[in-house]
Amino acid sequence: MADIAFDGPRGSKPRHRLSGRNIMIYGTLIVVALYYLIPLYVMVMTSLKGLPEIRVGNIFSPPVEATFEPWVKAWSQACTGLNCEGLQRGFWNSVRITVPSVFLSILIASINGYALANWRFRGAEFFFAILMIGAFIPYQVMIYPMVILLRELGLYGSLTGLVLVHTVFGMPILTLLFRNYFATLPEELFKAARVDGTGFWGIYFRIMLPLSLPIFVVAVILQVTGIWNDFLFGVVYTKPEYYPMTVQLNNIVNTTTGVREYNVNMAATILTGLVPLLIYFVSGRLFVRGIAAGAVKG
Amino acid sequence: MSKKFFFAATAAIFALGAAQAKEVEVTHWWTSGGEAAAVAEFAKAFDATGNKWVDGAIAGSGSTARPVMVSRITGGDPMGATQFNHGQQAQELVEAGLMRSLENVASEDGWRDIVHPSSILESCEIDGEIYCVPVNIHSQLWLWLSNDAFEKAGIEVPTDWNAFVESAPALREAGIQPLVIGQQPWQASLVLQNVAAAIAGPEIYARVFNEKDVEAVNGPEMEKAFAALETARELASGSNVQEWNQATTMVINGEAGGQVMGDWAQGEFAVAEKVAGEDYTCLPGLGLADIVSTGGDAFYFPAVDDPEMTAAQEELARVMISPEAQVAFNLKKGSMPVRGDVDLETANDCMRKGLDILANGTVVDGMDQVLSADAGNQLADLMIQFFNQPEMSVDDVKEGLISILEYDS
Amino acid sequence: MAKANGSGRPSRLFRNLNAKIAAIPMILTAMVVFVGFSLWTVVYSFTKSGLLPRRDFIGLTQYERLWSNAKWLISIQNLVIFGACMLIFSFVIGFVLACLLDQKVRFEGVFRTVLLYPFALSFVVTGVVWQWILNPDFGFQSIVRATGWESFTFDPLNNGKIVMLGVVIAALWQGTGFVMVLLLAGLRGVDDEIWKATRIDGVPAWKTYLFVVVPMLRPVFITALVIVTAGIVKVYDLVVAQTNGGPGISSEVPAKYVYDQMFLNQNLGQGFAASTMMLVTVAIIIIPWAYLEFGGRKRG
Repeated sequence: MADIAFDGPRGSKPRHRLSGRNIMIYGTLIVVALYYLIPLYVMVMTSLKGLPEIRVGNIFSPPVEATFEPWVKAWSQACTGLNCEGLQRGFWNSVRITVPSVFLSILIASINGYALANWRFRGAEFFFAILMIGAFIPYQVMIYPMVILLRELGLYGSLTGLVLVHTVFGMPILTLLFRNYFATLPEELFKAARVDGTGFWGIYFRIMLPLSLPIFVVAVILQVTGIWNDFLFGVVYTKPEYYPMTVQLNNIVNTTTGVREYNVNMAATILTGLVPLLIYFVSGRLFVRGIAAGAVKG
Repeated sequence: MSKKFFFAATAAIFALGAAQAKEVEVTHWWTSGGEAAAVAEFAKAFDATGNKWVDGAIAGSGSTARPVMVSRITGGDPMGATQFNHGQQAQELVEAGLMRSLENVASEDGWRDIVHPSSILESCEIDGEIYCVPVNIHSQLWLWLSNDAFEKAGIEVPTDWNAFVESAPALREAGIQPLVIGQQPWQASLVLQNVAAAIAGPEIYARVFNEKDVEAVNGPEMEKAFAALETARELASGSNVQEWNQATTMVINGEAGGQVMGDWAQGEFAVAEKVAGEDYTCLPGLGLADIVSTGGDAFYFPAVDDPEMTAAQEELARVMISPEAQVAFNLKKGSMPVRGDVDLETANDCMRKGLDILANGTVVDGMDQVLSADAGNQLADLMIQFFNQPEMSVDDVKEGLISILEYDS
Repeated sequence: MAKANGSGRPSRLFRNLNAKIAAIPMILTAMVVFVGFSLWTVVYSFTKSGLLPRRDFIGLTQYERLWSNAKWLISIQNLVIFGACMLIFSFVIGFVLACLLDQKVRFEGVFRTVLLYPFALSFVVTGVVWQWILNPDFGFQSIVRATGWESFTFDPLNNGKIVMLGVVIAALWQGTGFVMVLLLAGLRGVDDEIWKATRIDGVPAWKTYLFVVVPMLRPVFITALVIVTAGIVKVYDLVVAQTNGGPGISSEVPAKYVYDQMFLNQNLGQGFAASTMMLVTVAIIIIPWAYLEFGGRKRG
């Protein structure tokens, strides 16, 4: 993953090896990188310490006696109220929310994008523009009517309801992503298929899908991180037994039962961040491409 | 006779319950140590009837939990039962027909005779029907003092607010925070409530908060109360904890001299195994007046179509108000039972004081009973600003209070 | 850009029917959720809705109350402070970092990975982590004090006057990498010829960046600006997890005000009025941009 997406021309400069300029550049970058890494470091260190050690030591010092107990506790014993099942319930809820949401939202958005890029009809751009503007409407404006809609559909509080919410609110960015990508595919392919008499769905499944695997991967990355990290929808549209991991994390951390267990809190925090972090580190190049493609080309 | 019928009915439901255990999800915001232990008592008692208590604890305070509860009820995904503070919080839900009446259970079991003081049950009553089961009485009118802290400072534990104020310099000198107030806005509004009830007096309190009488706010008695508020702000300067139980922990550890808090603080002292009278001292009505307020918690039951659920809800309501559960729950919770006919034999000093006052002293209504949620929260916002901004004057508070009361009346 | 114009069948409605069917979810989302829901909220902001929506119109009362409410005014003030700090710092730092990374740096990928990873984390995680680092008794402040500087005080989360600074620090940590990546992608799009030309003319690199490259990157800047600004207006989870609006009400933000009014104060009308104000704010930012972006293209 060392070499990432940005090929193309770079601001090329004369190259002296150990010039003051280079020292300045690398110095700055290293300092900044350290600053960015500190919270991660502190999280890990804190989560490996016992509470007494946290009280006497400072947050940067590595643990004298590393213990994995906070991790075990965060995963399977941490309490919110009477439920002392730890974060694992939230984890599985997040999985059950994320997987169908990602699938459904990408399926719908890719078809939207395809229709917009290749089968433009009157008014399509109008709806698309509204969709794009909609992406910027604060969710707070739509929260309450959505409660009513879900209630009328009998989906309020269910996982299905939350999946629907994610599909709806994920649509603008994904549609944009797919529309832009399909627009860059060579037009000849599309025309040739039309001449052969292949229809709307045929072209989508037989030509567009196979050609667009990279953008699907980008979309999956975008959605998994986005939905996994969601807090607001999880809190508004579900009930405690379906709370996603982020909501449960907030509950665990901000529940004080006399003593704040900072080590357990930090272990819980890392656990919650683990899935998006793994995705990010494994897919670095595509992750970057996702946010760049979604934003820059728009 | 009706009692006999009650037992027969209960037995029948028992039998039914045993055959078909019903899972009832109960949402509440009792998540701190003492609270969780108390709620477990209800769960235990309800499970013993053959049903199943499914715990829906929502962390944070009521302010985090209530929105979730309300949106679930209005969203058509009701839980089996849910906590609210008794008062106006659930009124609109009832008016919209989303909550079920418990009138049949209440009149059958004679709740109107059992519940004491009766104002508690009146808060559950809308259009002559009872919609909630009150489970406890929390007086918000307490000052909690750390005996440790005063010992460290080398002074006597004060017996009332005035002595407490005098002791503040000595506490400061010993490096102890005289008064600790957490940063959740409602904690600041408790202080106003305390000075209004204890310093301005219960009659003025009632005129201000029950009757929303602007003249009373401008009166000389409230003037004294406002002055005390300003003193409290000085004593509290430098306190920087957020949650109420963190503040209580400071009192427990002797890092703070005192805290103005409802009697639920008791639960935290109990969890820390502190003894009332030895390790800490509690002063009702700031030690100036024998007075308690009747805030508290109640359970409401959303209307559902399922007859089995309806039966289980009634069963749960009966369990919650039953003498055994009342005693077990309230001992752990540090609150007072809603029935005058049970005896908390094992109650400690503080609760004893509260119970005595409840039986013989002055009782005022809690804020949740007299103010709408909206007004109550506005008042809390106003008060926390007052405590955080030394440049804000008591006149600003007065003005703000008047506009909130006018808005709410 | 126009690709297929249908097959030229007579009926307009049925032309391109499959595409229209396929676009139904999009049309529903756009019209029902984005337009319909927003209108609904705007309409109900003129009512006296309490715990439940009611068609009991009371004119502008909710708005009058909104703008005389101290909590809302604090929320707006905080949003302005937060927004200004975020825009200035994330763009300045983001641009400087992007330029540095553009200097044929070794291990560029490693640096970029490090600078962007917080962006993959949720606001809740970000808030919780920075709550811990800024903890006065164990975190940053105590460490500086341990080095001997006893009087050092930096405790933003317990000081209402600077609490937004604490929130900004966390938000910058989370979001600057994103701005950097966008700008870097833009920089990579700059034609090599420009560099050659300015080098031949002997223009110093920083001048080229500032006066040649920045204007060329205008579209990228605008896009990033719009995205970051829209994110700022929505800020909610971060505040909930890091400060929950505290100390007192000094770190309240509009999005939280809306949520609290709707679900906590049982005053839907007031919440709708506040969210309508948020909508107006976003509209002022978005509509000119959308007009340029989409309106222009349609004609082109």
